[in-house]
Amino acid sequence: MHIMEGYLPPMWCAIWYILSGIVVGYGIIKINQLLKEMPEVKPLLAVAGAYMFVLSSLKLPSVTGSCSHPCGNGLSAVLFGVPITAVLATIVLLFQALLLAHGGLTTLGANIFSMGVMGPLAGVIVWKLLKGKINSTWAVMLAAIAADWMTYITTSIQLTLAFPGEDPVRTLMVFLSIFAVTQIPLAIAEGLLTAVLWDKIKELRPDLLLKLGVIDESEVPHYTQAMDTGGAE
Amino acid sequence: MEKKHILMILGVIILVIIPLIIYAGKGEEEGYFGGADDAAEDIITEVNPNYQPWFSPIWEPPSGEIESLLFALQAAIGAIIIGYFIGYNKAKVELKSQS
Repeated sequence: MHIMEGYLPPMWCAIWYILSGIVVGYGIIKINQLLKEMPEVKPLLAVAGAYMFVLSSLKLPSVTGSCSHPCGNGLSAVLFGVPITAVLATIVLLFQALLLAHGGLTTLGANIFSMGVMGPLAGVIVWKLLKGKINSTWAVMLAAIAADWMTYITTSIQLTLAFPGEDPVRTLMVFLSIFAVTQIPLAIAEGLLTAVLWDKIKELRPDLLLKLGVIDESEVPHYTQAMDTGGAE
Repeated sequence: MEKKHILMILGVIILVIIPLIIYAGKGEEEGYFGGADDAAEDIITEVNPNYQPWFSPIWEPPSGEIESLLFALQAAIGAIIIGYFIGYNKAKVELKSQS
């Protein structure tokens, strides 16, 4: 989903910088708020960022014969929402733009918009629709798939907007065939991995998930029972 | 680790292995296993032959080796944080259940 350095006309760089800038700015305020209100979630915030670090460094082969990487943005979107995820995505994308020549500084705004805003937004929407209806593990899995996939669809749209060619619809199809189709198996893989990590977090620190309001007590009966008898802090 | 999780991780491994089997014996020269980002770059120049990238990366890894070093570093930074979180909390839970 990285749009290469210099591969967006300056006007589009500016537009995506402004849109992403607003979300990232709001995200920084939200992080400060969150850490002030619940300093105990800080390690979980680090894990969400770390998960994006790991997943976006793994370039996996896909059935289309080309390689692409998952994003890891779904987990953070479910836990902390879109603005905070946008901040975490900025850190990952800056690392890759500066040290790996992946993506770039001029295209940073556009890349944040796909990986940090639209992808997480899709994840949050799927999560909100399914929350409480199915077990959170499966809801998170589907949210992560949606976030990953939407990230790449957004990149395809961004490229088409900047380079519509003679037939914008055809151009969009070409970009989608590169990004969105390649991404299908990778998004499923990301969904599965995210579900495994989610279950681990739920098993070890259900208190944090309860505090963030992402799950309710019915999901962690053992933990809430222990709380009633004073067994847990 | 529950059986469900083992199956999930197995699923990830299978998803990654399938393309390696389908396109076994083919390599980058034949256009396989390249990056989707680069493929998009080619399309841009195809749709817009006159487009000149107006900015180039301020620093590029000088070789594939250095690039893989930095990618491994990126993964390692993330993995150590996740591993620390899980290990630390696992030990805490176990200590609590002992007392």
